[in-house]
Amino acid sequence: MSGRFAFPIGDELRRTRAVAWKDISAERRSKTNFNAVVFLASLMLVMFGFALGPDAEALRSAAAGVLWLTILFSGVLAFNRSYQLELEGDSLETLLLYPGDRWPILLGKLAANLAFVLMVEVIVVPMAAVLYNVAIWHVLPPLLAVLALGTIGFVTLGTFYAAMASRVRAREVLLPLLLFPMLVPLLVASVGATTALLAGNAMGDAGSWIRVLVVFDAIFFVASMLAFEYVIEV
Amino acid sequence: MTTSLERPPSPPLAARAIAIPREPRWIGILGAVGAIAFVGAQALGVLTSPPDRDMGDLQKIMYVHVPAAWNAFIAFFIVACASIKVLLTNDERADLLAAAAAEVGAVLTALTLILGSIWGRPTWGVWWTWDARLTSTAVLLVIFVGYLTLREFAEEPERRMRWSAAVGVIGALNVPIVYMSVRWWRTLHQVQSSPATVDPHYVIGLRANAIAFLLLLVFFIGRRYHLSRVEVAIAAAAEGRALYDGEGESYADA
Repeated sequence: MSGRFAFPIGDELRRTRAVAWKDISAERRSKTNFNAVVFLASLMLVMFGFALGPDAEALRSAAAGVLWLTILFSGVLAFNRSYQLELEGDSLETLLLYPGDRWPILLGKLAANLAFVLMVEVIVVPMAAVLYNVAIWHVLPPLLAVLALGTIGFVTLGTFYAAMASRVRAREVLLPLLLFPMLVPLLVASVGATTALLAGNAMGDAGSWIRVLVVFDAIFFVASMLAFEYVIEV
Repeated sequence: MTTSLERPPSPPLAARAIAIPREPRWIGILGAVGAIAFVGAQALGVLTSPPDRDMGDLQKIMYVHVPAAWNAFIAFFIVACASIKVLLTNDERADLLAAAAAEVGAVLTALTLILGSIWGRPTWGVWWTWDARLTSTAVLLVIFVGYLTLREFAEEPERRMRWSAAVGVIGALNVPIVYMSVRWWRTLHQVQSSPATVDPHYVIGLRANAIAFLLLLVFFIGRRYHLSRVEVAIAAAAEGRALYDGEGESYADA
């Protein structure tokens, strides 16, 4: 194994960028997955509205939870796809044949998936604000930080688990089965922070939840980077 | 269905009987001792303890619920350690041990949750409450059910070994994080029962049951581990048989 985080890591970062750019270009040119995921997310927001509404107050108090569940349930569809193209083209082995560490492959795919989910959020978050009648302008900067931190943790574990789930028979079932139990702390913290922010953050709760998100992201980012070479080579 | 027309088996290959690993004798003995200890400890717990002031005889559930929870944690600790060993040394037997411990741990965790639920209904008035310890135990259960599902789906042994080791380590890493985050989220569970927090009348029953459960835990993990080794041996023998038949074809063609 060659799991050294040696400096200078200029080569690794170049390879990370190459993998990320390859994945982003493939998605940008077809857009099939992106369009489907955005449509599904919008649909979920509307369906949650029917399930919880029409009382405006009930909708507003559920908004943070509904938003995060929508992001998780629609975003999870992106991760298997990021390995699927390579598996279909039999090019994963080729990618692994290039010399060097494995973690740049994960980091590149992670960056591409992060861009994907953040793009979905650019459409879904304002839509949720409109449908559930919550004001987000006055808390926009901290809300963007919460969205970014929650999404980083989600995408890190999602990309890591998809490296395994995408290569078995029941990949569509296995990925959420492995991923969602792991995301419980992230869901609790993201919804906690978002709820606190939307309610004006009078108690300063958002800060504590943001710290939980930072710790969660850091631990699982490092753990996934270290564990990736064990799971991708077999 | 051998007929005289078939080719004679070549001796060295035909002589290759399935070498089934023998189960160490201590596992069976431990099972018998554990079963007796379990019955004895239950009897001891029920006989020595007076009805609880608030809960009455409902308190007796503690003698199964609490030891089951402790031993589930021991089982998951074994999963984590064995998984780390797999990642470091690629040891196939550590992989089988982790799988055995995960199965037993999942059963004990489910037992903990079900008994807690039965106890909670008359005590708290609800079958389930979104309390920190309950919720994190449930999350622990689903994390390890995910681990076992992955083992089921990953068909190649090498893959199953490495993947489940990585998932086991990362899942174990999440346990304290889940616990802390859910605790900040909400708390209702009473302080957990241990010899330090329960009335002296209940200590001996609790201790005895914890030991009985530990014996059974080791027995179940030991037997499951042994069964996995038998499965591996049979799979290897079947592979050898297939290779032998393949050789037979070419022998017949020639």
